[in-house]
This record gives sequence, C-alpha cells and structure tokens, in this order.
Amino acid sequence: MADRHPLFEPLVFVGGLTFGFGLGFSHMARPEVVLAFLQFDDLGLLFVMFGAAIVSGIGFALLPRIRDAAPLTGDPYERRLKPFDRNVLVGGAVFGVGWGLSGICPGAAYASLGTGNVAILWALAGMFLGAYAQGYWRSTARASDAPTGAD
Amino acid sequence: MVADPVVLQAVADLFPSGIGRYAVGGLLVGLGTVLIYAGTGIPAGASTFLESTLSYVSEQSRFQRYVGSRDWRLVFTAGIVAGGLAFAATVQSGLITSALYEPGTTGRLYEVAGVTLWSTAVQPWRLFLGGVLVGVGTRIGKGCTSGHGVCGVGSASKTSLIGVLTFLTVAIGTAQVVAALGVSP
Repeated sequence: MADRHPLFEPLVFVGGLTFGFGLGFSHMARPEVVLAFLQFDDLGLLFVMFGAAIVSGIGFALLPRIRDAAPLTGDPYERRLKPFDRNVLVGGAVFGVGWGLSGICPGAAYASLGTGNVAILWALAGMFLGAYAQGYWRSTARASDAPTGAD
Repeated sequence: MVADPVVLQAVADLFPSGIGRYAVGGLLVGLGTVLIYAGTGIPAGASTFLESTLSYVSEQSRFQRYVGSRDWRLVFTAGIVAGGLAFAATVQSGLITSALYEPGTTGRLYEVAGVTLWSTAVQPWRLFLGGVLVGVGTRIGKGCTSGHGVCGVGSASKTSLIGVLTFLTVAIGTAQVVAALGVSP
C-alpha cells in the first residue's frame, strides 16, 4: 500500500528488534538449546513460548477494548483465526521433523544470524528451498486456496 | 507448601540454566509481537517471510499472493536480525550483565571488532535438511513457532493449538530418535 503511515515500517522494525533480542536473550537462537529442550535436558523453552503467548494474549485481549482500530493502519483489532484442515496436521508434522532434526525455526534462525551464527545460513537456505518447493508444487498442482494470514 | 529438598532438586534438574533468561526472553518476544499488533492490528509471524520474499523473484501464484505484505515482512525480519545483533553486542559481549541471564556453554564464541559473536556446533547437514523440512512444513501447516505458537496460542486459536501440539510432539520424537542414533551435536 502506497498510502501507508510513515511510522508503519519503523514500528515493525522496532517490534522485530525487540522480538529478535528476546530470541537471543532466551538462547532460542541457539539450536543446541532448543535440542536440549526436545531431549528433555532443559525445559526452559516452555517459559519462552508460553511467556510470549501470555504477553501477546494479554495484548490481543486488551487492545480491542481500548480502541477500535490500529493507529497506523486504521485496521480494526480482530482475531485472525486460520481455518483448520488436514494441512495443519501434515505441515505441522513435517515442520516437527525439521525442527527436531535441526533445532531451529524461522524466527530463531533470523535472530541467530544476528548473533553471528554464520552456519545458520545452511538452515536459511534450506528454508527458502523448502518454501519454494512447496509453493511451486502448490501453485502448479491446483488453483491455490485463500491467503493464510500473517504468520 | 512442602519444600521437599528432593522435589526441589528434581525441578532444578529440569532447568539446569535457570528460568530467568527464558522468561525474560519470552516476555520480550511477546512484547515485540504486541508492539506491532498495537500499531498495525497485524499479528505478525516469522515464516510467511519465506514465501513473501520469494515473490520478488518468482511469479508463482503461491508467492504472488504475498506481494502486499512483502515489504514490511522484509523490515520485520531485518529487525529480528538486528535484535540478535543487539543482544550479541550488549549481553553476549558482557557489556550488560544481569542475574537473570545465564551465559551457557553451547557452541563457540568468537570476537569481531569488540563484539562477542556466537556460532553453532550443530552439523551443517542437520541445519540444511532440517531447514528444508521447516520451509515445507511451516508453509503447508499455516504457521511456525511464532505464528501458531505465540500469536495463535495467544489468540486461543484451536487451529494453532492443534498445530503446536502436532509439531511439538513430532519434534520431540525426532530429536530423541536422532540423539539415540548417536548424532551429536
């Protein structure tokens, strides 16, 4: 959108900065620490994921009561729920195998690069390749379904 | 409350690095998400960036549907990378110390221009192959640890709760099998 508020992208950047700093501070940007969670050696990841979900849950619940629309876009504060279908299970399982093998997920991979982890470029290259492969297949296999929101 | 030392020790064993860095980190991840939502009304997740960025170089319809959001998603990801660097330049470099931060012993620390950087010891083939599966899975499964795990769970979305339960269970199984096969790190 061309008529976007001038503070839109700066705010997204600051939000990303906070998000990435948190991933660094929590050591989620370190695959070893995520693998230690999955192997039950250190359950700290639970505090990261549920801590973040609780904070965002409070924000998602309170903001619609405070104002009608977001100041920088004019969009109403609404829940954008994704429809459930078999893909959630199939994709979730494929993601699970990849996450369990590598100990890295997309957001943590971006933050990991920032902490100096050049080796994570292997994971990022893999993610782009995987995203391209499924997109190529799904674009050509059928006229694709509705957009899936903001994740 | 019974402060049985055996029970306390058992709980401490589950959190050998304490909970401070995890709780504070999670708080910041949530704060970043709320900041963007407060200003824009968008519950931002990290993995759509993969497809939206591919729309710059591919005409496939699956990627072109994200043309409208690809610019700000690039900014969001740049912010996350910068956040990781900011952490490295401050806390990881020892410029800021906190009782809530436990440094840890994983991987390898190295220095560039006075900034303490970090590199993983996890083998490249695991990162690459895992990355491919993450790339396929998050996009088919409609979300990743931030889209489903933070935004979705935060909105009490049933779809996201099922998604999180699915990838968490499978990831635990996978990591246990890989470790049992003697692959380390």
